[in-house]
Amino acid sequence: MLHALRTQWLRVVVHIGAWIPFAVIVWDALTNQLGAEPIRETILRTGKTALILLVLSLACTPANTLFGFKSALKVRRALGLYAFFYALAHATMFIGVDYGFDLALLQGALLERPYALVGAAAFLILLPLALTSTKGWMKRLGRRWTMLHRGVYLAALLVIAHFVWLVKLDVREPLTYGAIVLLLLALRIRLIREGVVRLRAL
Amino acid sequence: MGNHHEVDMEKIPASEITPEHLYFTRRQFIAAASAVAAGALLSACGVPSPPPTARPTIAQPSPQASKGVDELGDKLTPFDTITNYNNFYEFSLDKEDVAPRAKDFKTSPWTVQVGGLVNKPRTFGLEDLLKFEQEERIYRLRCVEAWSMVIPWLGFPLSKLLAQVEPQSKAKYVRFETLLDPKQMPGQRDSYFDWPYVEGLRLDEAMHDLTILATGLYGKPLPPQDGAPIRLVVPWKYGFKSIKSIVKIDLVEAMPISFWMESAPNEYGFYANVNPDVSHPRWSQATERRIGEFSRRKTILFNGYADQVAPLYAGMDLRKNF
Repeated sequence: MLHALRTQWLRVVVHIGAWIPFAVIVWDALTNQLGAEPIRETILRTGKTALILLVLSLACTPANTLFGFKSALKVRRALGLYAFFYALAHATMFIGVDYGFDLALLQGALLERPYALVGAAAFLILLPLALTSTKGWMKRLGRRWTMLHRGVYLAALLVIAHFVWLVKLDVREPLTYGAIVLLLLALRIRLIREGVVRLRAL
Repeated sequence: MGNHHEVDMEKIPASEITPEHLYFTRRQFIAAASAVAAGALLSACGVPSPPPTARPTIAQPSPQASKGVDELGDKLTPFDTITNYNNFYEFSLDKEDVAPRAKDFKTSPWTVQVGGLVNKPRTFGLEDLLKFEQEERIYRLRCVEAWSMVIPWLGFPLSKLLAQVEPQSKAKYVRFETLLDPKQMPGQRDSYFDWPYVEGLRLDEAMHDLTILATGLYGKPLPPQDGAPIRLVVPWKYGFKSIKSIVKIDLVEAMPISFWMESAPNEYGFYANVNPDVSHPRWSQATERRIGEFSRRKTILFNGYADQVAPLYAGMDLRKNF
């Protein structure tokens, strides 16, 4: 038991932590604490949570390659799936609740709001990744699975564009996330990765 | 603020009026109660309110409005919503954080300097401004962010003030400025923005009867978060045109560059008239959410005031002049 906790603690943290934002939204909704625009608030919170989880899932591989933090690889899939779960809630709230599935309105909203279009593209990229995240699909697709799942980089960049575009003026927060994503992507480039590993070995 | 009680007498029965010292006591009380409540909340988004047990001990005026609806039959937005959800970047970028941060904002003494191309430049004390006959105006407010409210303002037409200073014939525009006081307005310490907040109107827009300087809402003095002690309200334009906590009004010849034009010239123009057919470069303006309603509603040209204001823009390309 103790041994399991020692090796599995990160999993425990991830599975509990990922549900907390959802629980807080439900609690706030039930206790009327979502503010004057509860629909918008829910959309913003689920979107932000999806972004944070996506960034964390992208951090797993560098955490292992650079720092030998192997446990991170064990939670990578869970983080990615939770990110997708929040993105799904985010999109459903926008399309189904905010716009009430009104296709005419949605068409206008999507075409006139580049950020909505970019967000939709990111979601459509994440969808097949979530569906093929099982071991079975990994085996079935082989090398193509790796290719397919590189799509997460593109999705992450689109999500950043989505965030930058939607804020009214102050883009500091989305650009901070953007910088983190770029850093995490850069750390995957072989030259940079090997450079960091060598520096650490000194 | 004190003179509010005299000028509002026609609107509010004397029995409803709280003496000033009680009013301020109540404010301080609410501030303290809010701080306690805020700490107890899980999220920062809750709107704390004082516990009901406190009410019998301190008299408080209840929000007053002559009607429950606007001329289109739309219900007034509740007082608590209006005063706890709005943009006022001088205090916070978070619409629900403005009220707590503005609660100690000092609005007395207050002066508004009116000058520029006028024959009789003059500095008005708040007490002078409250001598203008204060009337209730129930207006829709449409934010550029696509949400809206219906608000019973208390104020007077800007044209009455301008008439007193006698604009010269060279004057073509009116330029407004918000107080610059980073000590009191924490948002102004953020050099990301170009303070102070500036807005402008064409002279004919400023002289239009719908354009008012508001000093109150729901029969009460303006709360600090809503632009106390005096703000502009131009109901057919997006909310950001209705500049808050005004200290300076100048009649000028050239079109003023507003805070938002300066910050993002490709996204915010001088006119900023509510128009469902002219999108913001990044989002549609076709619909809006009336705060408190579940479904979106269609945005109306000039926010429903087209009959009164469309002639101001006859022959103008509203897409170009956004």
